[in-house]
Amino acid sequence: MQSKGLLELASAISSGAVRVVDLTFTLSPDFPVIVLPPEFGQAAPVRIQEISRYDGRGPAWYWNNVTFGEHTGTHFDAPIHWFTGKNLPNNAVDTMPAKDMIAPACVIDCSVQAAQDPDFLLTVPIVEAWEARHGRIPQRNWVLLRTDWSKKGWRDYSNLGDDGAHTPGPNPAVMKWLVEERGVIGFGTETIGTDAGQAGHFEPPYPAHHFLHGAGRYGLQCLCNLDQLPATGVVIVASPLKIQNGSGSPLRVIALVSST
Amino acid sequence: MTISLRRPYDDVVIAAPVTIPYVRYSIESAQWWIGRALSALVAQAGIKASDIDGLCVSSFTMGTDSGIGLTQHFGICVRWLDTIPLGGASAIAALRKAARAVQARDADIVACVAGDTNHVDSFRLTLENFSRFNQDAVYPYGAGGANASFALIARNYMRTFGVTREDVGRIAVAQRANALRNPHALMKAPLTMEQYLSARPISDPIHLFDCVMPCAGAEAFLVMRDETAASLGLSAARLLSTIERHNAFADDPMQVRGGWAMDVGELYAMAGVKPEDLDIVQTYDDYPVITMMQFEDLGFCNKGEGAEFVRQHDLTIDGDFPHNTSGGQLSVGQAGAAGAYLGLVEGLRQVLGIAGPTQVRNASLALASGFGMINYDRGLASGAAILAGPSR
Amino acid sequence: MIEPIKPSRRKNPLLRTRLPASPPRPRSRMSHGFTRAAAEGRFMLQRCEACGAFAYPAREACPSCLSAGLAFVDAPRRGVLLAETTARVPSDVYFRERAPWRIGLIKMDCGPTIVAHLHADCAEGAAVRMSLQLDKSGQAVAFAHPEAETPNMADDRQWREMTADPKFRRALVTNGRSVIGQEAVAALKAAGAKTVFVGIAEPWRPFAGEERLRGQDGIEIVTLDAADEKSATDVAADIGGKVDILVNTTEYVRPGGLLDRRGTSIARDEIDQAYLGFINLAQAFGPAMRTRGADGINSSAAWVNILSVYALANWPAFGAYSASQAACLSLSHCLRAELRPGGVRVMNLFTGPADTEWFQTVPPPKVAPRVIAQAIVSGLRNGLEEMYVGDVAEEIRQRLAANPKALERELDR
Repeated sequence: MQSKGLLELASAISSGAVRVVDLTFTLSPDFPVIVLPPEFGQAAPVRIQEISRYDGRGPAWYWNNVTFGEHTGTHFDAPIHWFTGKNLPNNAVDTMPAKDMIAPACVIDCSVQAAQDPDFLLTVPIVEAWEARHGRIPQRNWVLLRTDWSKKGWRDYSNLGDDGAHTPGPNPAVMKWLVEERGVIGFGTETIGTDAGQAGHFEPPYPAHHFLHGAGRYGLQCLCNLDQLPATGVVIVASPLKIQNGSGSPLRVIALVSST
Repeated sequence: MTISLRRPYDDVVIAAPVTIPYVRYSIESAQWWIGRALSALVAQAGIKASDIDGLCVSSFTMGTDSGIGLTQHFGICVRWLDTIPLGGASAIAALRKAARAVQARDADIVACVAGDTNHVDSFRLTLENFSRFNQDAVYPYGAGGANASFALIARNYMRTFGVTREDVGRIAVAQRANALRNPHALMKAPLTMEQYLSARPISDPIHLFDCVMPCAGAEAFLVMRDETAASLGLSAARLLSTIERHNAFADDPMQVRGGWAMDVGELYAMAGVKPEDLDIVQTYDDYPVITMMQFEDLGFCNKGEGAEFVRQHDLTIDGDFPHNTSGGQLSVGQAGAAGAYLGLVEGLRQVLGIAGPTQVRNASLALASGFGMINYDRGLASGAAILAGPSR
Repeated sequence: MIEPIKPSRRKNPLLRTRLPASPPRPRSRMSHGFTRAAAEGRFMLQRCEACGAFAYPAREACPSCLSAGLAFVDAPRRGVLLAETTARVPSDVYFRERAPWRIGLIKMDCGPTIVAHLHADCAEGAAVRMSLQLDKSGQAVAFAHPEAETPNMADDRQWREMTADPKFRRALVTNGRSVIGQEAVAALKAAGAKTVFVGIAEPWRPFAGEERLRGQDGIEIVTLDAADEKSATDVAADIGGKVDILVNTTEYVRPGGLLDRRGTSIARDEIDQAYLGFINLAQAFGPAMRTRGADGINSSAAWVNILSVYALANWPAFGAYSASQAACLSLSHCLRAELRPGGVRVMNLFTGPADTEWFQTVPPPKVAPRVIAQAIVSGLRNGLEEMYVGDVAEEIRQRLAANPKALERELDR
């Protein structure tokens, strides 16, 4: 590609001809995190502690110490996160190819179904129906599952019952199919986790994690603003923090969308 | 009458009664007041400061100083030194020690001085730091200071012996009448019984005119042998007897008598006089009810008859029982430890015939008492002395 | 007879809030034998080991036989009020503001006479029951009560200075997710607290007992994650000026010690929740509480910590947890010192394993959460500083006093 094309992209972003949509929740202490049984190790919640704020602790400057688990807020899952991807090369956030951080995306709108059924599952026929309208999902594309879940209040967003969370996600078949038949680079959701709330009871359990990471692919979760994206013609920039041997990280996810 | 086995004071005399007029508040230090008293002693006795070879001081507000610091401060070289922290019993105790010192020729001229300043917060600091028992077990209870502690004693005493406020008030009212003749008394207005009774309560049953007014001032006198006084041409009073007692009657659940009651027979036996022989009596009047207790314990009446005694007698200068002729601490003011000296110094002036406007005619035999240190629930220290003027 | 106190009216915003003053604080070292007794609600006097005589005030030698063996022992509480007085113009700011103040001299049946604060229903010549209390300086003082119960006894003006009675006060229970927290809310409410604020962290996470807290009069749920600095600060910005009693019910119990745990992430959570959470709460709520210590009927009064008794002696089975509790215990002494100028007391309740999920496999006896909650109220009403709740806590206290090494060895099982 000639540099002219890149500069055109830059100027299109600047002019608004290419829209930039922020798909990220603010990283804050009150954002819900994944809930595991208490006897397991827990993700450290986001903590923001002031170091100084133009005061005696530092008269002219403001800054914070921030602590969080790798899987808090809008975050990225690397293949090393799951046992299926543990032996792959370059499977951590610091070693993954940088070029994987920018890729096109297909957005599958299931917001109507999810509104009716919190346990809604994405299936192969639904994706096939989407392809019938928008064309076959190209190789190395992100598939983003729009459910409008990100618009809920935190309690409904986590939607925890005494039998676990009830949030939408993919079923095992569609995950296997997207990875093997469509060669997706990754799968993204609005919910906490790329998997459905009840996915621990699936076979295999947590199929999105299982198949994506087993094949060296990535996950994105706790996304928002998916309703501002068209079904196709979207480019995602998702570059996690370069944490040594990191399994994932909170990150800023942005989407480039052609306005025309 | 009890026979005293104690060695008589024989040739011991007291001279040069000094009072540095009191002020309510002073910006000066205690050392300043003590310095004025020493200076006045020297002037009045017509001696040089270097003639003083014994020093005894008492003060609550000297800070970190004791008598030893004062020797250098005032440039006096002594061979006998004492610091007496006995509050209202300090004067009697000082006199007793000085008397034996000059008698034994450990010293020839002992200056006994008490002085305190009164800054605006001196009184509170004195209350706070009075004693360990007071700090641990009294002051944290309402911080009423001596008023509250004596209120408990007064209430119990008055209830036990059927004493009314009016009975107690006779003492305060008579002293105010005396004070009106003393130009140095801080209280200058007459006090009627009606005013006494309607005064505001401080710590029931203690009301305003039962309390002394803290102030700054100093008092002093010299103790020497009569030969020394004669060689200096000084008019002096003889010391006939003394008593001193601490922590008496510890088993009394509440104080209804002071240590005098333990030693009163000795006091009169040593002096060879009877209570009715006395021309004037100067009691330690931190509260009039304590004075009433002393009338009993010093043998002027029986225990429980103090109220009747004050009803039957006129306590003013011209009365049949001249008492606290200067006006006492209740009307002159309480200059800290100098309050202990007030009665003794006034008694000395009386028997020397130099009391001026408060002079009792033909006074030659005086009793002065002291009482002090309400360490916890009672006054621990008591003492008394009987002096005879040159005319006796 | 005492007139019942009335709930305070809303504050007049034109009036300056009266700042707290402290009663006289200096005491001899020996006198702190009474402080120790008062902290635990005991009545102790020195008694001569040689001649058996009781002594008061605190002494270094027996006034009957000069023995130095004067041990503080539990003493009979009965005495007779010999005389009383009412101090109307005290020289000290604290008492001057509270004058008239009534005190008396009590002859104890066991011998000594004691100057004491008087409950209004004490009468001269009548029998009294003595207790040792901590005053607003945190120092021990003797307090005389009428021998028998009288109407509205706890509302006595002078007695209320010695206590942190929840009546008409507003309390914050920092963690309402736990059973202990919920029982504390109920107990404080039952004790007459005007409002009980209940902190709930991560409100998106449902919890058992939630329905019991919601929609009740006088119970207000606030989003509070004590371990989160901002959350604590935000809540304090809303209600910090209304918290008169803070009950720190942070509970983060995990089994395990050092070697059989991997890494520090659980320990970090323990420290985050218990220790840093304590700091966040203290920094968020402490300054206002310290300022409001003399703010009328609903002045700020107390800070309560519920600590494991294993803060005092490490229990290796819950070794890291024990350490987190020890850290909190140490910090509580710092907080006590810093809240002292406000007259706000810090009460530590030491408990053995509670009958809660994290001690599921621990054999009985275990402390019922309701018993802990009742102890909180009782401690506040009696103005205590240290409480040992349940048999295990009491046993650890005694064994620690008897032989700390034996306790250490025997906890290692």
